Amino acid sequence: MPLDTSPRLDDPDALFAALVAAHQGLDAPLSRQLDAAIVLLLANHIGDTRIVLEAIERARALAAAHVFGQHAPTAAAPDPGDSP
Amino acid sequence: MRHQSPRYAYRRPRDMDGAATRHPVVIVGGGLVGLTLALDLEQRGVHCVLLDDGDTVSIGSRAICFAKRTLEIYGRLGLGERMLGKGVTWNTGKVFFQDRQLFAFDLLAEPGHEYPACINLQQYYAEEWLVEACREAGVDLRWRNRLVGVESCPDHAALDVETPDGRYRITVDWLLACDGARSFVRESLGLRFEGKVFHDHFLIADVVMQADFPTERWFWFDPPFHPNQSVLLHKQPDDLWRIDFQLGPDADPETERRPERVVPRIRAMLGEAVPFELEWVSVYTFCCRRLERFVHGRVIFAGDAAHQVSPFGARGGNGGVQDADNLAWKLAAVVHDEAPVALLASYDAERIPAAEENILNSTRSTDFITPKSEAARAYRNAALTLAEQFGFARPLINSGRLSRPALLANSPLNPPHAARWDGSLAPGSPAIDAPVERDGQPDWLLRHIGGARFTLVCFGQDDAFSRGRLDLAPLSVSLVVIAAGAAPAPPGGVLLVDRSGLAARRYGALPGSCLLLRPDQHAVGWFRRFDAGAIRAAMRYALGAQPTTLAESA
Repeated sequence: MPLDTSPRLDDPDALFAALVAAHQGLDAPLSRQLDAAIVLLLANHIGDTRIVLEAIERARALAAAHVFGQHAPTAAAPDPGDSP
Repeated sequence: MRHQSPRYAYRRPRDMDGAATRHPVVIVGGGLVGLTLALDLEQRGVHCVLLDDGDTVSIGSRAICFAKRTLEIYGRLGLGERMLGKGVTWNTGKVFFQDRQLFAFDLLAEPGHEYPACINLQQYYAEEWLVEACREAGVDLRWRNRLVGVESCPDHAALDVETPDGRYRITVDWLLACDGARSFVRESLGLRFEGKVFHDHFLIADVVMQADFPTERWFWFDPPFHPNQSVLLHKQPDDLWRIDFQLGPDADPETERRPERVVPRIRAMLGEAVPFELEWVSVYTFCCRRLERFVHGRVIFAGDAAHQVSPFGARGGNGGVQDADNLAWKLAAVVHDEAPVALLASYDAERIPAAEENILNSTRSTDFITPKSEAARAYRNAALTLAEQFGFARPLINSGRLSRPALLANSPLNPPHAARWDGSLAPGSPAIDAPVERDGQPDWLLRHIGGARFTLVCFGQDDAFSRGRLDLAPLSVSLVVIAAGAAPAPPGGVLLVDRSGLAARRYGALPGSCLLLRPDQHAVGWFRRFDAGAIRAAMRYALGAQPTTLAESA
């Protein structure tokens, strides 16, 4: 079963808002840990490593192509540990 | 009570007087792996000369975790009981994060095996007992004999050796390089030794103290007494405790090994009230790397000389001992003309994947313990935090994955056409222990498998087994018959009673089936019924004489 990329969320706006709201009041390292915890919880729920690997691959391809939105001028410098 | 390092006397080598002789096997390096290899070979009737530039055993405890498979190998060599008797058996590990315990884990040691999942024992004890056993077996142990030159030729190697009496030169059929991570032999042959270098420094301290900590492995991530780093506590015999502090990439090794730096770190951990004494301190970094191949003509590498791992998972010493276990019977078969030289290629084919597995596991452990980026740290800390509440996250916590035996599933020595059925022990796997009875006395199955010859284990009271109609004559095998109850011993073989049924179950045996095992106790393959022709063909295949005729005779 491949990664399902068709629209499946019943309330996308609410989900998006909830993800953003979850980070409120957190500094960058904590924010990062929060995302990591969410990813790990969901990955375990999915259970199938191949699906998670495919998601990683898809997202990584976007990062490699630099098609993610650029950082705002005030944003902190990107973490060197993340550079390809 | 405390260990005293023995001093082994230098003796003027006989090669220095009179005509130099050609030796069948010379081993360089009298550490854990070299000594194990020497003992195994000598027990197989291959005379060994062992060169070591020192005159004692390892300084400091070094490799302390002897995993089950290693203990079984030493059981075969006659040292297992002694190690088990002295070693500290532990089953429980605890993981701490910052100021709290996250969870405890059990090594899930299954009962009904002679050896536990792991014992802790200082490397110097193992080496000292190996030296004694090597001496008794007849190994030519040459202390203060430093190898200073190697010339590798198509059918031999020429060695220059330096001693307190000067230099001598010897010619050897086989040179076994067990001379450690900084192998002189490897350097001399100019072989590439590449892989991943880790920059974190670690402080290792052997501490003598009468502490009432339980016999458990404790691992801290980011503890209050050593913030942002990891710490490991492990018990050894003689009231000795191994403490390992991660120091980070910027630590200065010279400064950090001084007692005035080490003692406060330990005090912070143990509290002011616990009296202790430092026995050994070392600061190290490590690499995960290997030689591209371990067999180079007449020069064969084993242990750290061939591959290096991080200490997490105890895969250095245990991996090296498995190298020796794998190589000794093959080299003995070649030296005794029972197998073609091509058999030695299987040492590469079997031990390179094993080294890769060890490197992969120890690299992953190291990366978990020492995160290299903010993202890695975030994932690591998220997993740790989740692990406290959620069982699913505990398997993510990697503070070292204990050395497991190599399964050799893709070995070129596994006959492709051997019989298999669901649940049967896979070809290449090491034999599994089980409690049995012999002549009414409790015994262990593994004590009767491997060693000098291949072993044929026959399950069940098949007519052929009990009536002595096994035509073993063309097979040079040890015969073991496993019966559910008392039965006559097979002619020329051993009868083991499997009262609990554990042996048959663990092997997934069918009544009347037979399993052929190599001298290193790894499985060759199954036979649905005793069939001398098929067994002989499989044995020849496992001795490197391909192609097999097993398909037609099975």
